[in-house]
Amino acid sequence: MKKQSKWILLVVALCAAMTLSACKKKVAPPPPPPPPAPPAPTASISVNPTSIQAGQSAALTWQTTNATDVSIDGIGAVQPNGSQSVSPTDSTTYHLTAKGAGGSQETTARLTVTQAPPPPPPPTPSVTDEDLFNQNIKDVYFDYDKSDIRADQQASVQADVQFLGQHSNISITIEGHCDERGSTEYNLALGDQRASAVKNVLTAAGVSAGRIKTISYGKEKPFCTESNEACWQQNRRGHLVYQK
Amino acid sequence: MVRAVAVSARVSAVLALLFFPAILSAQDWVKTGTSLGVEKVRLAVPEFKPSTADPQNAALLKTFNDTLWNDLDVSGVVELVSKSFYPLQTPGQPPEVNFLAWNAPPPNAAMLAFGNLGVTNGRLTVQGWLYDVKNIQSPQILGKQYGDAASDAAARMMAHKFADEIIFRLGGGIQGIAESQIYFVSDRTGHKEIWAMDYDGSNQHQITHLNSIALSPRISPDGSRIAFSALTKTGWEIMMYSLDLNRAVGFPHMGGTNLSPAWSGDGLKLAFSSSRGGEPEIYVADASGANLHRMTTAKGPDVSPVWNRKTNAQIAFVSGRTGLPQIYTMEADGTNQQRMTDQGYAVSPNWSPNGQFLTLAWVRKYGPGEPGSSDLYLMDIASKQWVQLTHDGGRNDFPSWSPDGRHVVFQSNRSGSLEIWSMLADGSKVQQLTFTGRNTQPNWSWK
Repeated sequence: MKKQSKWILLVVALCAAMTLSACKKKVAPPPPPPPPAPPAPTASISVNPTSIQAGQSAALTWQTTNATDVSIDGIGAVQPNGSQSVSPTDSTTYHLTAKGAGGSQETTARLTVTQAPPPPPPPTPSVTDEDLFNQNIKDVYFDYDKSDIRADQQASVQADVQFLGQHSNISITIEGHCDERGSTEYNLALGDQRASAVKNVLTAAGVSAGRIKTISYGKEKPFCTESNEACWQQNRRGHLVYQK
Repeated sequence: MVRAVAVSARVSAVLALLFFPAILSAQDWVKTGTSLGVEKVRLAVPEFKPSTADPQNAALLKTFNDTLWNDLDVSGVVELVSKSFYPLQTPGQPPEVNFLAWNAPPPNAAMLAFGNLGVTNGRLTVQGWLYDVKNIQSPQILGKQYGDAASDAAARMMAHKFADEIIFRLGGGIQGIAESQIYFVSDRTGHKEIWAMDYDGSNQHQITHLNSIALSPRISPDGSRIAFSALTKTGWEIMMYSLDLNRAVGFPHMGGTNLSPAWSGDGLKLAFSSSRGGEPEIYVADASGANLHRMTTAKGPDVSPVWNRKTNAQIAFVSGRTGLPQIYTMEADGTNQQRMTDQGYAVSPNWSPNGQFLTLAWVRKYGPGEPGSSDLYLMDIASKQWVQLTHDGGRNDFPSWSPDGRHVVFQSNRSGSLEIWSMLADGSKVQQLTFTGRNTQPNWSWK
């Protein structure tokens, strides 16, 4: 076995020697071709419409190719292709930069913003004096055939005094009302006394009499028309009304 | 109850003697007794007959006959003989009267009113007679002829005039009321306005058009002006409407709440309630509104004055000075204020034409658990004794005397709605006059 392996090695070595000597004069083979140069990125940006009034919005649309890093000034990094609603307050040039392996591309779109006409006056303030009045003022209720202020009505009177003291611009009408029992003429006189009783207690607490009108409705304008005590009590009142 | 009957008997005796000279009341609770020896005259009133062939006759005859019958029926002066007792042949002319067919039973009439009606060339003529059928020799008490352009209103007016002639002769010389007017408040237009109607409820028509609230109409004694209270831009003010000019005429604004005007019997002064000085008090002014004087000073509402229309020397009114409203009287200068009612809730006084009685609306037992019905009462002013005139429940208010002192008109909700009714002053012959909307505060003309 040893003699056979020596023989094979000899032949291989001989062949190798011969092969090497035969190629000695050949040119070296060309290096592999370099990879192709990366393509340059493309980019476009548009805005529609190109002119808006302040407060309105426009659609900003852009497309890029071959870009890996797209950004718009003032907005920041964005997707390579996209669309976004913008509503700048001043005219703005949107500057898009698309960077890729092949370089970078810049493009711009201008959105002109014209100033809107002065905004309409704000709607009437949501809370008016009248609303406040209606939220805070309390009517004063009376016993049957009576026109003196009941003890349990003092809190209502105090609330009215406080509100009217804080809103000295507000004038009021006090309506005197009666329940359906009793006679028309007497009830009108009684309603007059009820309205006067409320006026007197307000003026005694410092509300100027010049801000207060009184009127009696007797039983002519009931709040409630059923024939029971709950309803009658609703109708026996001094009703404070905001005077426009 | 014994006391009430006794009181009733006394007041009714006064009533019958001074006031119903020829009336015997049929109601037990106004116990007049037969000893007075007065009976109502039995009057037969066969339907008037056509005197021409005009096609308008039928409708006008119906109006005339219905109006005449009703006027006589509610007058309180006569007892109408039921038509079922009448003979088959009824007269349209004097020669056609068969005395024996009327003056003996079944009709047993003492008096016979008859006549005829006809239209000729658009002109309506009515002839009417009143016969004493027990006096065959000289039966005619009354013979009348009326003429006017043919119309339903003319036929009604002729019936009223003829009825008044009969009532004047059979009712002790007191003028009838068939031509009188009633002023009232109606909300049938959607607003409370002043309206007027004939005393029997016909011919209802609107007077004011304020589109506000008009209340408490009071016709002047001469019938030319209506004083009332209305809600104006400056509050409740007394207003004056001229029926001659058909428009409101000036009356000064008083300030405060001004309510319930009342004419003096001579038409020269007005009393009313005003809160111009703070509390509602009674004031008296000239009919022009000048010379205003305050008559009351008490605490509590004073309202609803009414003059003694016979003397013009006293005023009755309502005051809440002691709590629930009561009736008071005072001299016309404000002195001698006297409380008339002793309890309950008493309002709406109205002075009788003869000056002796008040009618009023009164809830005598007032308070929790009480039925609360408001009835009409008659009070003798000198004695403060009273009788109850309505017993039918509901709320009865604002009585107003007829000019002959025999009737009272008032408002009541007894039918379920507020309407105007009339009755004899003893509570009988109750009649509903209005049927549309809510109708209140009737005020009867002075003549």
